Amino acid sequence: MQSKMRNLILAVLTVSMLLSLAACGEKNQQDGDQEVNTPQTTRADTNEINVGIPQDLEDSLDPHVTTAAGTREVLFNVFEGLMKADPEGNIIPAVAEKCDVSDDAKVYTFTLREGVTFHNGQTVTVDDVVYSISRCAGMLDDGIYTAASTLKGIVSVEAPDDRTVVITLSEGNTEFLASLVTTYAAIIPADYTEQATQPVGTGPFKFASRSPQENFVIERFDSYWGTPAKLDKVTYLVTAMDTAVMSMKSGVIDVFAHLTADMAKSVEDQFTIEKDTAKLVQALYLNNAVEPFNDVRVRQALCYAVDVDQIIDLVVDGNGVRVGSSMFPAFGKYFDESLSTYYTHDVEKAQELLTEAGYPDGFSMTITVPSNYPQHVQTGEVIAEQLKAVGIMAQIEQVDWNQTWLTEVYANRNFQSTVVGFDTSTLTARGMLERWTSDHGKNMINFNSAEYDELFRQAIACTDDGEQTALYKQMERILTEEAANVYIQDIYNMVAVNPGLEGLTFYPMYVLDVATISWKEA
Amino acid sequence: MKYYLRKLVTLIITLFVVSLLAFLAFQIVPGDAAARILGTEATPESLAALRHQMGLDRPMLVQYGDWLNQFLFGDMGNSYSYTMSVKALLGPKLPITFTLTAMAFLMIVCISIPLGVWQGKHAGEASDAVTGAVGQVFMSVPSFFLGIVFTLVFGIGLKLFTQGQFIHYDQSVSGFFGYLFFPALAIALPKSAMAAKLLRASVIRELQQDYVRTARSRGRKFSSVLRVHVLRNALIPVVTFLAMTIPEIVANSIIVEQVFTIPGIGRLLLSSILASDYPVVLAIVVMLAFLVVLMNFLADVLYQRIDPRIKVR
Amino acid sequence: MKRRNWTLRIGGCVAAVMVALILLGTVWTPYDPNALAGAEKSMAPCLAHLFGTDNFGRDLFSRVLEGGRTSLLIAFCTVAIGGVCGTVIGSLTGYFGGLVDEVLMRFNDSVSAFPNILLALVCVSIFGTGKYKIILVLGVLFIPSFARIVRGEFARERSRDYVENARIMGAGPFRVMFAHILPNVKTVLLSSVAIGFNNAVLAEAGMSFLSMGVQPPDASLGRMLAEAQGSLFTMPWYALSTGCFMVLLILGFSLLGQGLQEQEREL
Repeated sequence: MQSKMRNLILAVLTVSMLLSLAACGEKNQQDGDQEVNTPQTTRADTNEINVGIPQDLEDSLDPHVTTAAGTREVLFNVFEGLMKADPEGNIIPAVAEKCDVSDDAKVYTFTLREGVTFHNGQTVTVDDVVYSISRCAGMLDDGIYTAASTLKGIVSVEAPDDRTVVITLSEGNTEFLASLVTTYAAIIPADYTEQATQPVGTGPFKFASRSPQENFVIERFDSYWGTPAKLDKVTYLVTAMDTAVMSMKSGVIDVFAHLTADMAKSVEDQFTIEKDTAKLVQALYLNNAVEPFNDVRVRQALCYAVDVDQIIDLVVDGNGVRVGSSMFPAFGKYFDESLSTYYTHDVEKAQELLTEAGYPDGFSMTITVPSNYPQHVQTGEVIAEQLKAVGIMAQIEQVDWNQTWLTEVYANRNFQSTVVGFDTSTLTARGMLERWTSDHGKNMINFNSAEYDELFRQAIACTDDGEQTALYKQMERILTEEAANVYIQDIYNMVAVNPGLEGLTFYPMYVLDVATISWKEA
Repeated sequence: MKYYLRKLVTLIITLFVVSLLAFLAFQIVPGDAAARILGTEATPESLAALRHQMGLDRPMLVQYGDWLNQFLFGDMGNSYSYTMSVKALLGPKLPITFTLTAMAFLMIVCISIPLGVWQGKHAGEASDAVTGAVGQVFMSVPSFFLGIVFTLVFGIGLKLFTQGQFIHYDQSVSGFFGYLFFPALAIALPKSAMAAKLLRASVIRELQQDYVRTARSRGRKFSSVLRVHVLRNALIPVVTFLAMTIPEIVANSIIVEQVFTIPGIGRLLLSSILASDYPVVLAIVVMLAFLVVLMNFLADVLYQRIDPRIKVR
Repeated sequence: MKRRNWTLRIGGCVAAVMVALILLGTVWTPYDPNALAGAEKSMAPCLAHLFGTDNFGRDLFSRVLEGGRTSLLIAFCTVAIGGVCGTVIGSLTGYFGGLVDEVLMRFNDSVSAFPNILLALVCVSIFGTGKYKIILVLGVLFIPSFARIVRGEFARERSRDYVENARIMGAGPFRVMFAHILPNVKTVLLSSVAIGFNNAVLAEAGMSFLSMGVQPPDASLGRMLAEAQGSLFTMPWYALSTGCFMVLLILGFSLLGQGLQEQEREL
């Protein structure tokens, strides 16, 4: 018994020692390998890159269903619509070769490009297009709830011959084409049922594999109709924001978008930091229908109490631009610079307005922030601190984006205030402003202004560009004067790029185009 | 034999209770599977219809029985977030977490036993005092802080591993163990320090026993006495302690996976909790419970082998 | 052989200093822990800011004290809930024994076989996060360990002579339990309180580290450490000061607990 016992212990000890030693030994061997080929040169040799993403593609991979901006950012490389956007924001043909618009902007006639194939090898036919457009517009009764509300107002989608698709709208809409460029309106094979797990599109990259909470891999699609992608393979690595800097420092990640100012500073010695405005409007969005934000004076008081310049300094280290209304500077023609300084930091004025509104001692409020966007969380923290000066006690509530924010805040409008950034997927002023009309389904702040609604009605009916722009600008002014939200900034999108790479292009949308990226010639 | 049988029965009952509690707990959460599927477009009628179709309107215990039945046959339902089955989701991740915890456990064993015996042998000497003090500090360092320090020193500084580049066992077995080495060490060090301290005290106590003096007076070598008699008796409390650390190893692995970006169960658990993906959370909780209970069972068996005096109580 | 109990002394000193610092922090901190100061952001430790400042220009020493207070408050409440409920349950079951005891202890065994953090995470996923929810969840989860220890002590003490004597002299069961037995298990209870404190601080830090615990603007050592991870290269003092403060706090209580255990063994 004694010896048995001893043997047992010795055996356990030996095995464990050996295992640890083996691990260490192999470790060293692996280090040896790494000294010969550092990870960077390895990936350059195989012509692939690793892109870090802060959250996994947790919702469906079906482009018509998915709602998360992070998912669309990735799927942009896999899917295309009839039209697509170029980096300047122009709408150019993609799966369609050209488009003719009737004079009343009611009938859109598309001619399909020849030789466009899906990733599964099938050629794109008019049937696929009719199916795709009907499906994402919610016209098919297939039990799938699609996310595209932008494609409203379609009366019929028809294919008169095998190269032409005609879309008829219930009323004229000069901005209809813009709504076709997003992944929401992607062209997918008709009656293909595995879209949610094995996506098939027509983009420059095809889906290769995925491992939940770990990675998402796409590979170059060799039969792409347009300029082929330069890289062979792109691996998206799911890397929590907290550990992203470490992973970048260790050289595993080549590209990481949406850096915080602090992360950018941490990695600037090893990475090139590329900057561009993110084309979104970050604001403290207020639910205009609930107390105390149903009082315009309270909303204005908040605008005065929040020090936007301090937020830009602290949260993004100066990498942001004041906005002042639901429009960002990149939309030059629609942006009204004077609105961005309409409210200046003025605690006394805020106090006066609060007293007038019957809250001389302030009140308590909740700021809901999506936990996966550190910039919004930090902005919320700074605002909470700034509001203390006027006696408003703000509690921060961090929520999950997919689960809680989209359902509770966005859909059910069950919130007091929230810090997020709104972008537009349709490349028009309408995309930014229509959502605050009183009866719009996505008017989550419950903004209600008859004047605003009327101006919008006039604007969309308007065929003269200058007049239309003026009307949109008036709408922006109403949003500012009514203090619909506490408008903050358009944040710079900072992207860390491996210095060995070139060709990163920014788009006026929340996407990261990996097709143009390539390794520099050695 | 009867002992093991009894232990086995307790094991099964424990698992049963845990799964039942976890299942019921998730029933009180607002929003069920039907609501998740229909999303924001749901109407009360469509919701009721789908609930009926999915059997969600039956009594809870019936639903639990159903779930358990499917679970036992390997069907753990479908994830709300990911359009795949929980089984497919967990399959590749389970071995990773299991390896991590097992490595951490082995490290604790092979660090603490030699260290504890050595400290006990040299009790009162300066070297003992120094190692004791160092151990005391290690005991108070949370694993995740140690993990951060390790990534900084061994990952970024010395480049012993590439932080963020996890290597799967089917890619390279050595790389797999290599990547898990430091995470396992981060979990193991604090616990090793505790186990060593315990063993040291217990070795000192045993060395004062009469049998040691008797054996030595009969001319047995000290080292042999130590190995044959002392270690065996001294190990008993340590084995108890080791069994008790198992749940904590599992808990720490959840946190450490996050620090080292290891795609194991822990990361999935966290993201599923955030996304309220209850089928996944439930499956992971039951799996981890199983892991803990199983390891406890093994520890019990080992315990029995070391000290036959401990009979079924 | 009366040895000086150094573990107890050192542990007591460290714990006392840390608690004193944190208590001081409730009435006075060098700066307002939440005050934003754009001009002073990301400053390395210096005389004006002992631990430096973070990226919002907030004084880290003040914030660490505030975070320590949150940790301490949570640990205190957790141990209070777990300790009181655990003692009551443990003393009743230990003293009376019987079927209830048997069932409760089996249940106890099942619960303590699981990692506290795992259970706490599950609870958080159901009830949500926040300071008070964490206290409640951890408090309830700490009951079994206290109950187990107290039960063991009561079961042992119950057959001692002094208990018999008290009973013969006509003392009711509750009087025997709380006036006679409880003082005799005081040391055991004290050491488990110290160890419980240690575990509670660890559990809260772990959960906040995973951002499943205390939510901003409440400061928390665990959350601060998670944030500091991102700025290890630009502001190493952030992680270092937070981490070391946490380690010292835990070290103090763990030494105190071990010291008390040694004390009790020598008695």
